[in-house]
Amino acid sequence: MRTLRFLLRKEFLQIVRDHVIMGMIFVMPIVQLLVLANAVTFEVTQARLYVVDLDHSPASRGLVDRLTASGRFAVAGASPSRARADAAMLDRDVDAILALPAGFERDLVRRRHAAVQLVLDAQDGAAAAVTQSYAGQVLTRYAHELGATLHPTMVTVGARSEAPPVRGQPAIDVRRRGWYNPELDYRAYMVPGILVVLVTMIGSLLTAMNIVREKEAGTLDQLNVTPLPRATFIAAKLIPLWVFALVDLALGLTFAHVALGVPVRGSLLLVFGAAAIYLVAALGIGLWISTVAETQQQAMFVTFSLLMVYLLMSGLFTPVRGMPQWAQWLTVVNPVAQFVQLMRAVLLKGAGVADVARQLAILAASGAVVLALAVRQYRKRAA
Amino acid sequence: MRHRSPALVAFVVKELRHILRDRQTLLILLLLPLAQVVLFGFALRTDVDDVRIAFVDPAPDAATLALRARFAGTGRFHVVAVSSTTAPLEPLFRRGAADVALVFEPGFASRLADGTPARLLLVADVADPNTGSLVQAYAQAVIAGYEAELGAAGRGVRIELRTRMRYNPTLESVNLFVPGLIALVLTLVSALMTAISLSREKERGTLEILLVSPLRPWQIIVGKVLPYLLLAFANAVTALLAAWLVFRVPFRGSVALLLGASVLYALVGLALGVLIAARTTSERAAMLGAMAGTMLPNALLSGMIFPIASLPGWLQAITVVVPARWFIVVSRGVMLQGVGLHRLWPELAVLGVMLVVLMAGAVRSFKARLA
Repeated sequence: MRTLRFLLRKEFLQIVRDHVIMGMIFVMPIVQLLVLANAVTFEVTQARLYVVDLDHSPASRGLVDRLTASGRFAVAGASPSRARADAAMLDRDVDAILALPAGFERDLVRRRHAAVQLVLDAQDGAAAAVTQSYAGQVLTRYAHELGATLHPTMVTVGARSEAPPVRGQPAIDVRRRGWYNPELDYRAYMVPGILVVLVTMIGSLLTAMNIVREKEAGTLDQLNVTPLPRATFIAAKLIPLWVFALVDLALGLTFAHVALGVPVRGSLLLVFGAAAIYLVAALGIGLWISTVAETQQQAMFVTFSLLMVYLLMSGLFTPVRGMPQWAQWLTVVNPVAQFVQLMRAVLLKGAGVADVARQLAILAASGAVVLALAVRQYRKRAA
Repeated sequence: MRHRSPALVAFVVKELRHILRDRQTLLILLLLPLAQVVLFGFALRTDVDDVRIAFVDPAPDAATLALRARFAGTGRFHVVAVSSTTAPLEPLFRRGAADVALVFEPGFASRLADGTPARLLLVADVADPNTGSLVQAYAQAVIAGYEAELGAAGRGVRIELRTRMRYNPTLESVNLFVPGLIALVLTLVSALMTAISLSREKERGTLEILLVSPLRPWQIIVGKVLPYLLLAFANAVTALLAAWLVFRVPFRGSVALLLGASVLYALVGLALGVLIAARTTSERAAMLGAMAGTMLPNALLSGMIFPIASLPGWLQAITVVVPARWFIVVSRGVMLQGVGLHRLWPELAVLGVMLVVLMAGAVRSFKARLA
């Protein structure tokens, strides 16, 4: 125990004196939260709309008005020429083209049915799908509105909305509620995940680099020939970064809550308890990398490649349930995925221990397994 | 063409051997792009086609049952819970076991029959705003379909929305990501590896030895940089081939234009790498500098994954100096939109200016270090 205490002191001092590592510990949270929190967003912005109106009727103009009034569309150009619209889209000046055919209003009045065409720049398919759903909602509402005002005998739709609502006609009034993030703020959703990236970087990358640096300097061999038990040595290497990672999480969470307005609806004790468990797995990965890498450069490459796979497959950026089945199964054994789910559930939804019991259990199990494997590997390499 | 000195050729060969001998790094460099293409292609989908729905139906009647059956019959929704009060909803959402809930009011059928509006409450988990919005839209489409069926004989009008998804009709996210991925791969090899390898020589003092050799400084830089340029190019071509063969990512424009732009972009990365190596003092610092100065902005502030239009104004302003931002417009333009030089020359010109500025900076700080 006494040896461990001395070793821990040495490790802490070494880390505190190393400017590069200290820089990473204290600058990384700020950079990540300032840049990542703002950059990592799939927010769907207002679509720039090119209107090709061949009808020039009150109904067609009304449709364009409803679209812009929704705030989701802004008219960026209008002309009767489809060719010009297509050119504007090729130049990336517009995101969508709305084509209103001649006879749009006449068809609505006589046949109670008309079609409009919406061409979307779908390079970003996800955003295009969301934009399409907004347009669909506006059109449905507009059709309802017209249904009440348009009569077969009317030729144009004027301001004459005094026509009484027709009785006996079925109508469903749908009200929508969005829970947990009603303002649809992307930052509230992404920041809990970014905090996971933060503690993972500290836990895995710095652990790996810290040990490999001793390897490069040759001091690791010196330590290995001392009568020091390996468990003590490994503990002394891991505990300081475990502490720093938790400190970083506290800093990051404070910043996220105060400056970015990210909600903290659940228990902070649960957040930190889960982080403490999760970090065992993260540190274990770092330890394992340090056994395979010979240089810091390699350690960095291996860490980044591994982390990239873990992060991309974690559901941090894209919904897990959109993944193919095999990838969904993989997230069950991916501690990053479990911790991201847990952080989001606790911070955004106020989930308690019972709600996230599954995630906690998986985190604990993967921590034990990863650490055991890494320690075994470390012994094998050292022997 | 100028005659190349045999010393330069020998130097390039020596540098290539250096790279080829570091098996581990080489393996990572060659496998990484492939792994990324596979990951982006298989695992990352932004659409959810299995939505878990919960019903709150206090007084089931013919109409609520019909609407519920309609949801169950779409194939997209799958029912996870039916209850008579809203109390079980909250824990269900908290655990993440449901995406959306539909709350009926008692007397739904009778209201529909006598024409008073029948009210429905649609609750969605919008913690993830995009998925939440899509799920809401899917649910509303089902309800609207039911309503249209009921009102078929009525007097409602219907405006049909015919949507065309141009450039990427199947909405595959791999089509969006792959053109950007090439930028990332090129940066990784050109900027990051150049910075690391040059600064390592500097730290070990072997650069000084090279400098007193008869090789001219520009020859040293070319010799250091050329192997990485080749490697970067090989990587980009591998990634493109994989994307094309496995995921059928379209190639609508000129391949020659794309490859030419890739060379230009890789050169910008190399110049940046040389600049970082000249300005930093240790391998570790160069590594971190290259990470912070090239990889992060090129991945995050280039529009590769996250659309630039969604960024706040100050970050959008920063993207102007991120080379990948301009390159990605070109690679997407060529691959997805099928446009040519006459629409893409402004972006290429920006890259050209960046190259000149960075080259000048790199050569100057390299010379300053020597003096």
